[in-house]
Amino acid sequence: MKQLRCPLNGLRNISEFIYGGEYHDVPDYRSCSSRDWSEHVFFAETKAGWVIEWWCHLPTSYWFLVERNTVSDEIRRSFPSSDLYQERVDFSRALAREKQSE
Amino acid sequence: MPFGLLKYGLRQQYPAQHQFTPSKKLKKHYDVVIIGAGGHGTSIAYNLAKYHGITDIAIIDKSYLGGGNTARNTAVIRSNYLTAEGVAFYRESVRLYQGLSNEFDFNIMMENRGQLTLAHSDAAIRSFRWRAEVNQHLGVRSELVDRKTIRELVPNLRLSEDARYPVLAGLWHKDGATARHDAVVWGYARGACQRGVELHQLTEAQGIEIEQGRAVGVRTNRGRISCGAVVQAVAGASSMVAKMAGLQLPIQSFPLQAMVTQPYKPLLDPHVSSPHVHVYVHQTSRGEFVIGGGSDPYPLYHSRATLDQKEKLAGSVLELFPFLAQARVLRQWAGTTDMTPDYSPIMGLSAVKNYFLDAGWGTWGFKATPICGKTMAELIATGRVPKLIQPFSLERFYRFEQVNEAGATAASH
Repeated sequence: MKQLRCPLNGLRNISEFIYGGEYHDVPDYRSCSSRDWSEHVFFAETKAGWVIEWWCHLPTSYWFLVERNTVSDEIRRSFPSSDLYQERVDFSRALAREKQSE
Repeated sequence: MPFGLLKYGLRQQYPAQHQFTPSKKLKKHYDVVIIGAGGHGTSIAYNLAKYHGITDIAIIDKSYLGGGNTARNTAVIRSNYLTAEGVAFYRESVRLYQGLSNEFDFNIMMENRGQLTLAHSDAAIRSFRWRAEVNQHLGVRSELVDRKTIRELVPNLRLSEDARYPVLAGLWHKDGATARHDAVVWGYARGACQRGVELHQLTEAQGIEIEQGRAVGVRTNRGRISCGAVVQAVAGASSMVAKMAGLQLPIQSFPLQAMVTQPYKPLLDPHVSSPHVHVYVHQTSRGEFVIGGGSDPYPLYHSRATLDQKEKLAGSVLELFPFLAQARVLRQWAGTTDMTPDYSPIMGLSAVKNYFLDAGWGTWGFKATPICGKTMAELIATGRVPKLIQPFSLERFYRFEQVNEAGATAASH
């Protein structure tokens, strides 16, 4: 069976993972238009070649990123999302702000 | 009523016939360029030529006629969908299929086998009841059936209570059918070519020329063509071709694997599908069992086979038909399915003027071939979007008006 290296759990069978979609920049939900948001939610580049995508190791619910070739199915590297995201999204504060503005 | 068969029977000689355009040079200009010589592309060309008098058409394909997903689908025709929009659309397609051999004067080997979908859970029964109601309301023959009826319809199906997922009930769709998929594309291409449409195989679209927001030409490996309109009908490569026109689509492309066993005596009439164990199967008139339903778990532009998927497919089909344990697999293959978030197609206008989309056909493209060609041709000829395909516009994703058919497909995703 094909194997994938999880940054947390090491090399595991690919059946332990679930594919989670292409990685792309998330628009700022506070300022983006409804059109931008629907593109973020529904649209995809679906590129042929090297792409970065989200994967999750199901038994540990650990989400991370993988660089994979969508034509040859080779996997080049996998890395934790903290390599790209340093800032924590504070949903509770955002919700409170929204409530205030209502 | 075609008399072709009678004439054929009375002939003394049977000279070879040229069904399609012989290879020739591309012209500098066509009214319409259709990218993709599969069922959909040829059906659009046929309908434009026969019913709208537009014959200055080039169908271009980087490979050969009907060599993509037209050859790779499992040839299932049905209309037992869930939404009113979906049912109305596929119902019309099933109706057109029924008359297609007469329309072509060419046998597409239509077989009204009926389709049986199996429920292995209470939730599935509830959704079948819902689908049956929607279907009947719209004149589609679907009904919820019990185990006794299932036994009569498919005597060889394993109905044991000891099964891992016992069969509880079924959705019986009498309008379900199969047809020879190659014959469908040959019939359309032949009819189109007879009316002056040019088929150009081994002609790859490499770029779309756009001037002031309007598609004006296509660059190919055999030179540039200027044109009045461009249609993309390239299942499995929709995102890549749309990108040439500067468009992004809500599509992710996954391989779907299928396989065929050695031939057996006729013993299975209906098409049987189980969304729960992720498999669908029917026996062809040649006696082979066609087994499909194994969507790969992640996107890929490749038609390789994987042992994981083949094992899963085999395991699933043995749940339903244990006697197939003895069967040898004759052929296996995969096709790239362009999956949309709501499991409905993307048809109609795009942000580029005169650039028409026929995309997002996931695992439901073959059954829509006749109605897709008819409605897309009407759109291209008149500039008006036919009512039947208005719900399937790309714009629906911006308006959050998806047509959710995720519950009405048999393939696993």
